Amino acid sequence: MSQFVNQLIGGIVIGISSSMMLYFLGRITGISGICANILNLKFKDNDWRIFFILGLILGGFFMKYFNPSYFNFEIKGSAFQMIFAGLLVGFGTRLGSGCTSGRGVCGIPRLSKRSIIATLIFMFSGIVTVTLMRLI
Amino acid sequence: MRNIISLISGFIFSLGLIISQMINPEKVQGFLDVFGSWDVSLMFVMGAAVGINLVLFPVIIKRGPCLNDHFTLSLSSKVDLNLLLGSILFGVGWGVSGICPGPALVNLVKFDSKMVLFVSSMFFGMLVFSKQNFFKENI
Repeated sequence: MSQFVNQLIGGIVIGISSSMMLYFLGRITGISGICANILNLKFKDNDWRIFFILGLILGGFFMKYFNPSYFNFEIKGSAFQMIFAGLLVGFGTRLGSGCTSGRGVCGIPRLSKRSIIATLIFMFSGIVTVTLMRLI
Repeated sequence: MRNIISLISGFIFSLGLIISQMINPEKVQGFLDVFGSWDVSLMFVMGAAVGINLVLFPVIIKRGPCLNDHFTLSLSSKVDLNLLLGSILFGVGWGVSGICPGPALVNLVKFDSKMVLFVSSMFFGMLVFSKQNFFKENI
């Protein structure tokens, strides 16, 4: 288990953060939804979303400064792959109304049928995609 | 106050994504490579996060939100074509890049042009969805 300590700590921290959002704001921490609503400038109650995203990015700067080794990896995909994947992630999370955070981290614990099915499907489709990419 | 809590939660969430290495695309693709050299470690991230929320969510929902007068939760249980198709598309993008929305934003601090490409394409994809009428959002 010791090699998974960072994963367990990270997961616990993510759980605490999303529970804080539910306890204080009564909101589900769905990052794709937060991003999409920020795009929609007509939406009034957007302050908390902007602050959450700001927190995400500040956390990145904090860790990059104090422990840069966590960022010791390369983005290996080509520019074309990044654009293609970004478009699918953006469009797909809106069409299915959820990503890993809203569906997986928050939806499964609510025992939401839609979230459990969505999580199973995007995991499955991710597995098929990676398997096909390894074959080519 | 709500904004301060959101800022702190976002900050903590980010630390979780970084410490667990959810932000590392190769690690994510290794996790999805079930039939190849499967790297099981990220299962513990989802497992721990879901475990914590399984315990805390029911307590929180019973007590009511602290800084709001109501919860904003989707109560729909309708499994429709949008949910299925959207999740499939998202999974393909996640597999191709190894990146989902949270880690995409955190990785902007790498100042890597490919991450900027990913994030702008992601926002563009969301914009395209909001401008089309063929598929209606169903929450």
